[in-house]
Amino acid sequence: MAKLAVNLITGRSTKQGIGISTGKAGSEYREATGTIELSLQDMVRAGFSDGDRVTLKSEFGSTEAKCVPADIPEGLAFMAFGASCNQLIGSETHASGMPDSKHIQVEIHLAAEEPKTQGNPE
Amino acid sequence: MQADHVVCAFCGCDCDDISVTVEGGRITQAKNACVLGRAWFISHGKPPTLPVARINGQPVTLEQGVEAAARYLADARYPFIYGLSSTTCEAQRLSVALAELLGGCIDCCTSVCHGPSGIAVQAVGEPTCTLGEVKNRADLVIYWGSNPAESHPRHISRYAVTPKGMFVPEGRKGRTVVLVDVRRTPSARAADVFLQIWPGKDFEALWALQALVNGQKPDPAGVEGIGLTLDQLTRLAERMMRCKFGILFIGQGLTQTRGKHFNTAAAFLLVRALHRHTKFALMPMRGHGNVAGVDNVLGWQTGYPFAVNFSLGYPRFNPGEYTAADAFGRNEADAALIVASDPVASLPGQAARRLAEIPTIALDTHESETTRIARVAFTTCTAGIHVEGTVYRMDNIPIRLRKVLPSQYPADEEVLRRLLVRVKELKAC
Repeated sequence: MAKLAVNLITGRSTKQGIGISTGKAGSEYREATGTIELSLQDMVRAGFSDGDRVTLKSEFGSTEAKCVPADIPEGLAFMAFGASCNQLIGSETHASGMPDSKHIQVEIHLAAEEPKTQGNPE
Repeated sequence: MQADHVVCAFCGCDCDDISVTVEGGRITQAKNACVLGRAWFISHGKPPTLPVARINGQPVTLEQGVEAAARYLADARYPFIYGLSSTTCEAQRLSVALAELLGGCIDCCTSVCHGPSGIAVQAVGEPTCTLGEVKNRADLVIYWGSNPAESHPRHISRYAVTPKGMFVPEGRKGRTVVLVDVRRTPSARAADVFLQIWPGKDFEALWALQALVNGQKPDPAGVEGIGLTLDQLTRLAERMMRCKFGILFIGQGLTQTRGKHFNTAAAFLLVRALHRHTKFALMPMRGHGNVAGVDNVLGWQTGYPFAVNFSLGYPRFNPGEYTAADAFGRNEADAALIVASDPVASLPGQAARRLAEIPTIALDTHESETTRIARVAFTTCTAGIHVEGTVYRMDNIPIRLRKVLPSQYPADEEVLRRLLVRVKELKAC
C-alpha cells in the first residue's frame, strides 16, 4: 500500500467557520473538518484519487479523512480545525500553552475499510 | 422589525454596522454581515429546542443543574475554568471570581490562539494601534500567517484594505497589500504580493528582515530553505521602510508553529526596528468575538492575560502548566467548567478525552461536542442577540452588544452568578 509523508497544516476555513454556528453535527461541518487537501502531484505519486478515504497517522494518534487535490505545495497538506485533525496533535506545548497545531509530520495511506468515526464521543 | 447598528460578535472584527431583520420571532436577515456573520445571526436567532439544563443528557431545571454543577466544582481538588472567548466581559468577570473562590485555574481560548503573542508582549512590548488608524493611515498592509478571507471575511473590506481613509483617500488603490503564508489561500486574491514561505521558517524570515531593516546584510546561506530568497526579503524590507504607515497583522501561522512566542517576538521586534525609518504597527488577528475581552478582564483582575492559577490564594501565571492543553493533556484537572467554548472540538485529542473522563460542566448557546460529553450542560442565550454586554474588538476597543430578540434561556452571566452563590455556600459548610 502506497504511503505518503506530509507536513500537515491545520487552520480555519469558511465552511468550518459557518459550521460553528449552524451545528457541528451537520454534514457541511463534518465534510469541512473531515477533508485533507493535498497537492495533485502528491496524490498522483501516492495513487490517491479525488475523494478517496485515507488514514492519517502522526506520533500522537490517527484519524480518517477524505482527500482532495488543492493548490498547495508538494509535501504540504491542509485540514480545517476540528475534532478530526486534533487526533494528530499532541498536547505538549513546550511551556507555551500552545500545542503544535501546524507543521505536523503525518503519514497517509488509503483507508482499508469504510469510514469510521474517529476522535471524540458524540 | 429591523434593528440597525447591531454588533456581530462571531469573530474578532465585531462589526457594528449590521442591520438585522426580525420576523416571526426569528432573525431572517443580517444585512452587511459576512458569510460567517450571517450564519451566526440566522442560526442563533432561531427558536430554541434544547432544555435549559441537562444532567448526563437528561433534562432538569436550571436550579437542579446549578446544584449539581456547584457540587462537582466544590468537591474538585483541581477545578479548571476554560473558554470564555464568546461571552461578555460581565460573564468573564464572574468566571474569574469563581476561579478565585474555588482556588482553581482559569484559562481562555487565548492559550490556543494568540497566547504566544501575549507572551511576546510581556517580553518585548507591543507596538500597536487601532483598526481606525489602519483605515485612515495604512499604505502598507501585511498579513503574515493569516487568512482573513476565510477567518475574518470583512477585515479586508471594512477595516484594512478597501475603505477610504483620512490619509488614504484612494482606498484600495492607495495601499499595497502583502500576504506571507505557507500556502496560496483565498486571501492571496486580495494581495498585491504573495510570498510563500516554508512551514516553520517564520522566525528565520522575520529575523533576517529585522537585520535588513537595521542595515545589516544576512548571509544568503542563512536564509536557505525558508522558501524566500534574500532578494525577496530585501525588497520586502525596503517596502516596509519606504511606506508612510505600515501595519503587520499576524495570524496563527506564527503562533501555532514551532517557535511560537519566539516567532511573535521576532515580529514585534521587526516592527520596533522599523520605527527608526517610518511609522509601523502590529496587531494579532484575534479569532473569537470576545477573546480580546477575556485577556483584558483577566488582566484587570489578576495581572495576567491567561493561564492563571489561584491554588495558593493569589494569582500565578504559567503557560505550559496552567494552560488547558497541558492541564487536561496531563490528566491534572479533575473537574472542568467550560464557558462559551468547545474544547472537545478544539483541543488536542488527549486533552479532549480528559474532558469526557472528569465532571465537565458546559455553558453554551447550542449543542457542541463539549455539551454532548458534559455531565451538566446549560443552554444559555446568545450575547449580542438575546442579551446586552461588552466585548473587545481585536484592537482592544470595547463595544457594547445590543439585544434584538427575547430568549427563554438565561445569560451566561446569570448561570455563573448562581454558581458563584451556591459554591460559596458549599465552601462555607
